[in-house]
Amino acid sequence: MPPTAVETQSNQTFTAGATAPIATLEHITKRYSNGVVALDDLSLTLRPGEIIALLGPNGAGKSTAVKLMMGLSSATSGSVRVFGADPRNTATRLRTGVMLQVGRAPEMLRVREHITIFRGYYPSPMPYAQLIQAAGLEGIEERFFGQLSGGQKQRVLFALALAGDPDLLFLDEPTVGLDIESRRTMWAQIRSLAARGKTVLLTTHYLEEADALAHRIIVINKGRVICEGTPAEVKSLGATAANPTATNGVAGTASRSLKIIRCATVLPPSTLNGIPGVTSIEVAGTLTTITSTQPEATLREMLALDPTLHSLQVNSPALEDAFLSLTRD
Amino acid sequence: MSTTAIVLPARTNTLGILLTEIRFEFLRALRTRAFSLSVIGFPVMFYTLFGLVMNHDAVSHGIIIGKYMLGGYAVFGLVGASLFGIGVGLANELSAGWLELKRASPMPPLAYLLAKCVSAMAFGVLIVSILCLLGVLFDHVPLTFAEYGKMIALTVVGAIPFACMGLVLALLVPANSAPGIANMIYLPMSFLSGLWIPIFMLPKALRSIAPLLPTYHLWQLMLSIFNYQDTSASTLGHWFGLAVFTVVMLAVASFAFRRREQAS
Repeated sequence: MPPTAVETQSNQTFTAGATAPIATLEHITKRYSNGVVALDDLSLTLRPGEIIALLGPNGAGKSTAVKLMMGLSSATSGSVRVFGADPRNTATRLRTGVMLQVGRAPEMLRVREHITIFRGYYPSPMPYAQLIQAAGLEGIEERFFGQLSGGQKQRVLFALALAGDPDLLFLDEPTVGLDIESRRTMWAQIRSLAARGKTVLLTTHYLEEADALAHRIIVINKGRVICEGTPAEVKSLGATAANPTATNGVAGTASRSLKIIRCATVLPPSTLNGIPGVTSIEVAGTLTTITSTQPEATLREMLALDPTLHSLQVNSPALEDAFLSLTRD
Repeated sequence: MSTTAIVLPARTNTLGILLTEIRFEFLRALRTRAFSLSVIGFPVMFYTLFGLVMNHDAVSHGIIIGKYMLGGYAVFGLVGASLFGIGVGLANELSAGWLELKRASPMPPLAYLLAKCVSAMAFGVLIVSILCLLGVLFDHVPLTFAEYGKMIALTVVGAIPFACMGLVLALLVPANSAPGIANMIYLPMSFLSGLWIPIFMLPKALRSIAPLLPTYHLWQLMLSIFNYQDTSASTLGHWFGLAVFTVVMLAVASFAFRRREQAS
C-alpha cells in the first residue's frame, strides 16, 4: 500500500521547520542476520510535546523501530537521531525514559529499592514522592517486586521510565494488564507529561488507547509506514481503504462524514444500492449494515421507503475497522 | 524545545551507581533463597560431612586432613558462587528482558557486570569464612590469620575466571536450562579436580584430566597457602593455567555477545 497524503503533509510541516524534531528515523532499513527485513525504508519523526502511537499487527516492525530509537539495536542502513545525537550516547539516555515489556524484574528487590536504583542513574531525577504518586505506587513501596500483581508490576516499570524526569518517553504496551481505573490514571499521567512539553512514543495493542491518547497515530505494517495522522484522519483513511469507491482519490473529504448504519429493514440490497451515499451493503440475518458517505440523505430516503424500519444504529467507523482495513494483506 | 534542555547535565556519579548496583545485587542474591541457601549450604554441608565428621582430627603423612579439605571446599564454594551467581542470574535477567531495560537506561553497562562479579566475590568470601570458622571451631584446624587472609585474597581473585565462565554460560545457554547445565559442569569439574576427595584417591585414568581443569589449578594455589600443594608442578604454572582459561572465556563471551547483538 503506498504512503498516503497525510504522511506527505506531515513531512512538509517538518521541512518547513515549524518545530525541531525530538527524534527521527530516516530511511531506516533493518535486516536481521537471518535475512528477515523488519524495517523497509521507514522514516518517522517525533516532535516535542506530542503523544505518538505506533500501531501495527504483530511482527510489523513496531518494536524494532522503538529499539532503534532506544539505541538497543542498530540499523542496516539509514540514520537514527534522538535529540540530534546518537541514541546510544549517555547524554541522550539521560533525557530518555524507557518502559519495555519485561517478563520479570529482579523479584527479591522492593519497589522502593528498584526506584532508588533507577533514580541514581540520573543527575536530576524526579523527586521520589512525586514519582510514587505519578505511578500510583502509594502503599506498595515496601513490597517485593515478585509479590506484585501484573498491574502493579506494570506501574513500577512506568515509574522506572519516569525516574529521570525524561524529555522523551518510550512506552511499550504501557497499560497491559492494568484494570480500567489504573489505565485511566496512567493515561492522565501521560497526557500531563505531554502538556509539560515531553514527547511520548507508545506502542499499543489497545486501539482505544491510541484513539484516546495520541495526537498522532503512525500505522506500520511489514516494516513500512502505511499511514500517519490524527486519530480522526487515520479512521477516515481506513474507511477509504475499506471502501475504495467512497472517494475518488481525495482522502478525507467525502469519507470524513462516513457512517455505518445498522438496522432491520425490508428493503432489498438492490433498492439500497440506488440510495445516494451508499457505498456498501451487508446483510446478516435480519440486520443490514450499510456504509454511507452521506448518512443523513441515506437515512431520510430509507425511512421514507420503509416505514417498518427499526433497531436503527448509526456509528462512526472505529479505529479498529480502520486499522484492520489498513493492515489487510 | 522544553526548558529542561537548557539545564547542563550534571556529571553522573559513576562510582555511586556502581556501589548502589553492588549493594542491591548482593542483597537480591542473598534474599533469593534458592540461590543463597544452595550456594552456601552445599559447601558447608559437604565440608562438615567429609571434612569434619569423617576425618575428625585425622593426620596423614604430616597433612592435617581437615585443613587439606578446607582448601578443596573453599574452592568448591567460591566457584559455585561465581558460576551460579553470574551464570544463572544473568541468564535469567537476559531472558526476562530486564537487561535490555537496564541497557536502555543511562547506567554504565560495566557497572552491571562488575556488580554481579563483586557480589559473587562477596558470596565467595562469606562461604570461605564460614568454612574456616567450622574447621577451626570443630576440627581444631590450625589456621593462622595470615593464612586466612591469603585464602580470602585468593577467593576474590579466583572468582574472576569463574565469573567469566558464568558470563559464557549466560550468553550461550537458555535461562530455563542454565541451572541444570551449570550443575552439569560444576559438579563433575569439582569431583575431577579433587575438590571433594583427594586426587590421589581417584582412579588413575581420571587423574590425568585434573590439570586440564581450572578448578584444579585454583585448588593447588589454595593448598599452596598451607604448603600442601602437589610439588611436581610450579605455582606459576597454576596461575598461568587460570590466566589462559580466563582469556579463553572472555574471548568466547565477547564472540557470543557479538553474535547476540547481530541477531537483535
